[in-house]
Amino acid sequence: MKKIEAIIQPHKLEDVREALKGIGIDGMTVSEVRGHGRQKGHQEVYRGMEYTVDLLPKVKIELVVPDARCDEVVVSLTQAARTGKIGDGKIFVFDVAEAVRIRNDDRGDAAL
Amino acid sequence: MTSFLKLVSQLTWRARFPLFAILLAVAAAAQPAGVDVSKRLDDLDKAAKSAQMAGDNAWMLTSSALVLMMTGPGLALFYCGLVRRKNVLGTMMHSFVLMALVTILWAVVGYSLAFSEGSPFLGGLRYLFLNGVGADPNPDYAATIPHQTYMVYQLMFAIITPALISGAFAERMKFSAMLLFMTLWTLIVYFPMAHMVWGKGGFLNGTLGGRVPAWDFAGGTVVHVTSGVSALVCALYLGKRLGYPNESMRPHNLVLSVIGASLLWVGWFGFNAGSAVAAGPLATSAFVATHFATAAAALAWMSAEWLVSKKPSVLGAISGAVAGLVAITPASGFVKPMPALLIGFTAGVVCFFMVSKVKQRFGYDDSLDVFGVHGIGGTLGAIMTGIFATKEVNDLRMGKAMGLVDGDAGQVLNQIVAVLIAWGLAIAGTLIILKICDLVLGVRVDAQQETQGLDLSMHGEEGYNFES
Repeated sequence: MKKIEAIIQPHKLEDVREALKGIGIDGMTVSEVRGHGRQKGHQEVYRGMEYTVDLLPKVKIELVVPDARCDEVVVSLTQAARTGKIGDGKIFVFDVAEAVRIRNDDRGDAAL
Repeated sequence: MTSFLKLVSQLTWRARFPLFAILLAVAAAAQPAGVDVSKRLDDLDKAAKSAQMAGDNAWMLTSSALVLMMTGPGLALFYCGLVRRKNVLGTMMHSFVLMALVTILWAVVGYSLAFSEGSPFLGGLRYLFLNGVGADPNPDYAATIPHQTYMVYQLMFAIITPALISGAFAERMKFSAMLLFMTLWTLIVYFPMAHMVWGKGGFLNGTLGGRVPAWDFAGGTVVHVTSGVSALVCALYLGKRLGYPNESMRPHNLVLSVIGASLLWVGWFGFNAGSAVAAGPLATSAFVATHFATAAAALAWMSAEWLVSKKPSVLGAISGAVAGLVAITPASGFVKPMPALLIGFTAGVVCFFMVSKVKQRFGYDDSLDVFGVHGIGGTLGAIMTGIFATKEVNDLRMGKAMGLVDGDAGQVLNQIVAVLIAWGLAIAGTLIILKICDLVLGVRVDAQQETQGLDLSMHGEEGYNFES
């Protein structure tokens, strides 16, 4: 099993969900996060006070898939989330040791 | 007459009877009119007076409510949107609690110290506990509304003035010290200044025997110069907020500030047009001047910022509107619409540079820019009142010149004297009061409380409980 963690532009969330639904992936965890990579921030001016805002709002999607489907999901996610501009985000893939469905003790791929 | 009798004698008796009845009725109706003309004129006079009082009183009660609305929710929203999230309730509370606190002070002693006859600098004790302030008008101040209406209208001004100061020490003043400060400030700075400008026999009163007659229609010196200058003293005395100016202190919710500023704009019609203390043409003139100056100032600030900082910010537009409202306040009942536009435009540009450049240069932390907007805007407005006041709008001197445009340059000097007195009283009074508060209670919260935010450390609450 692989865990896919994608940090994307907030306005791309719906596109990504549609794309994943299209290849049969329904389960995911989504959170609103703040951060930046190379993009850095922007300037805001309030009554002459300048602030550099470098932690920008992003959306983090976490999902766990069987090893066999991982590449396909990453490709689909990348295409859906891409605008081609700096700040589009990153995808990280991790190995997962175990998965448990709390309701009935299913283990491994069956729990996904 | 003979032909009339002849005609009557020709009628049958049946026809004669109703004619007789009509003649009797006419005679009966005519008789009392002849006797009681003076009584009927008296009645008519009373009816006319009572109709005028009903009209004026309706407007003045409405205005009183509008001015209260400027403090809560107007100013409370305007200020609370500009602070960080952890201080939203503490900031609103500054305005809200003054609606209660100043009311009590006003009832007990405030109205008397401001508006009863006394020395040129402070009123007497004649209206202590509102003694003698009832339904009968006080002709010195407002001949066509109950004295009590005038009293409660003036109370609303006494509430908003100290509330304005609270923007300067936002996010760092101890609540107990704030209450003591506001109590003493109202007693030592506001009541004397209101008496000098508006009270009978006050030193600066323009119509009721002042030594230096100054024009201040709705409180440029009394409200805005005193609060703005006191705010600067507070900001300097308390020192900067922890982390200022390196940490981000961005406004947490400008949406609230836009709503607050818009409520201020609307409420200000009660403040300025209400200061005509009647519902006549002078109220209209003040209403128009107020609206025009505000519009010009909002655009002026926004444009200046667009040129200098490259973006026309919403905060700039609403700050400009408030600066315009402040500057037109003393002038509103004395100037025509075009000078009102000019006053607003000037205030928008000057206050923008005060807040965005001068404050930065000197480095003081007047958190919500009370000095830059109210202190400077009020000073500017008070002096420009002396330039543009005209008898064509308000003929208080019975045909003689009212301001520089009428040919009386001396009025500008009078205005400057009034401004200097307001500055002096605000600086001296506020310094003494802060010293007292600091000795008795300590004015500033400790570092831990400040980091935690006033909502939790002072009030044990939070403004936004998203998980509840």
